[in-house]
Amino acid sequence: MANGASLLQTAAGAVLAGLSRAVTGVRPIWAGTGPNGRQRIYFANHASHGDFILVSTCLTPPERARTAAVAGADYWNAGVARRFVAGRLLRTVLVERNWVERTADPMQVMLSALDAGQSLIFFPEGTRNMTEEPLLRFRSGLYNLACARPDVELVPCWIENMSRVLPKGAVLPIPLLCRVVFGTPVALEEGEDRKVFLERARNALLTLAPNKDGTRR
Amino acid sequence: MSDDTTRLFLGLVAVLTTASLVAGVLSFRSPTPLPATLENLNARIKAWWVMVAGISVAFLFGTGGVILLFAFVSFAALREYVTLTNTRLADRWTLLGMFLIIVPTQYYLIWIDWYGLYSIFIPVYCFLAMPALTAIRGDTSRFLERVSEQQWGIMLSVYCISHVPALVTLPIPGNEGRGLLLIAFLIATVQGSDVLQYIFGKLFGRHKIAPNVSPSKTWEGLIGGIVSASALGAGLYWLTPFSPVEAGVLAGLACIMGFFGGLVASAIKRDRGVKDWGHLIEGHGGMLDRADSLVFAAPVFFHIVRYAWT
Repeated sequence: MANGASLLQTAAGAVLAGLSRAVTGVRPIWAGTGPNGRQRIYFANHASHGDFILVSTCLTPPERARTAAVAGADYWNAGVARRFVAGRLLRTVLVERNWVERTADPMQVMLSALDAGQSLIFFPEGTRNMTEEPLLRFRSGLYNLACARPDVELVPCWIENMSRVLPKGAVLPIPLLCRVVFGTPVALEEGEDRKVFLERARNALLTLAPNKDGTRR
Repeated sequence: MSDDTTRLFLGLVAVLTTASLVAGVLSFRSPTPLPATLENLNARIKAWWVMVAGISVAFLFGTGGVILLFAFVSFAALREYVTLTNTRLADRWTLLGMFLIIVPTQYYLIWIDWYGLYSIFIPVYCFLAMPALTAIRGDTSRFLERVSEQQWGIMLSVYCISHVPALVTLPIPGNEGRGLLLIAFLIATVQGSDVLQYIFGKLFGRHKIAPNVSPSKTWEGLIGGIVSASALGAGLYWLTPFSPVEAGVLAGLACIMGFFGGLVASAIKRDRGVKDWGHLIEGHGGMLDRADSLVFAAPVFFHIVRYAWT
């Protein structure tokens, strides 16, 4: 399989999924879509470096095998251990966020991953959200991907509680129950403006969040 | 394995088989798609098979297996509880300590049978250490609320539940080597009374006890549950060092405590706006949805037996 995962990567994915289930008891809530085998971009809120593990845990094993997370090269290329984890174990699609020094165009990197048949886990806020706001403004990446590859399904995924389990800088996770809510896919409409689309996609993700008073649907 | 263990096991299998058959016939006769109540009943019975299988395996490994099983129950219950509380970044070390230090220590103390320490480790030492640790981190926002929630959580999910396996350590004269059966008696009567209250409530429930807290708890269900659970307890006296009458009284008491446990758990869930504690057990909800009655019943049962029989 050209675009498939190696045995090591499949095993690493299964071990991580087992671990994240043991700690967070994570369960997918399919609210508006289900696993359907189509190539997808899962776009999610981002507050913890464990986020992509949680999303990939919720996928079916074949879908997990072809799904890679898009992550910042500056973080994951720092040090041998991180590079091994990101490159060899998890097959992360690394994009360079610092546009002054970068050597590879992030769009090209992501598009070639999509063209190789991979699904992506994508954080459209561009960075981890450390504010009290539930969701930051979306950067343009999601719009650019939607324009370039209109056949790929854009699935909003709300990750609940992971920032409490593994906040920025933490190594040991606190066991808390997590959920990932998968919503109705969003599609770019004919001639839709960038800002309008990004706002619509952001709202599609926000509606999956629990209510303000903490109650869950 | 003793003859009594085998008898208990066969009895449980017979009860579950009957339940599965009845539910199967009901499902077969009912129009599809099945009504929600029946769907839930099927899921619950299926989960009971899994739970009984899990408990049986733990019993096969003896005291160590049962202690490990309840350490896991505490872990799962605490995880569900903490998920619903207000936690801040400054609570991190306290929370990690609850999961990584307090749970293993409490169950280790039961394993080495140090009654003097396991009965005060959490209510005295953890009670003082947890707020101290939280205060050192310096975040005073909602301090009292955070500390109280943590302490109550550790009492309910760890301290109270740990009194179930602690029963095995009680040196009851004439009951040597039969401590596990006493645990089986407590679990069977408390869980049985949950089921019986549910059945009596569904069949005859009219007058709600606390409609604001739980619409499913009725006087008819409670009284029917106490009477039938007492009968169940008396019928299971051969598992215990008690006479049939004593067994019946203790089972009735465990049933009343279990009722309060369920009521308090419902009040917490209502306060936090959730229906179930989690989703660990299909059809039942989370671990605490199943264990809430045991939380209240276990320490009371433990101390009565310890006081009157040892």
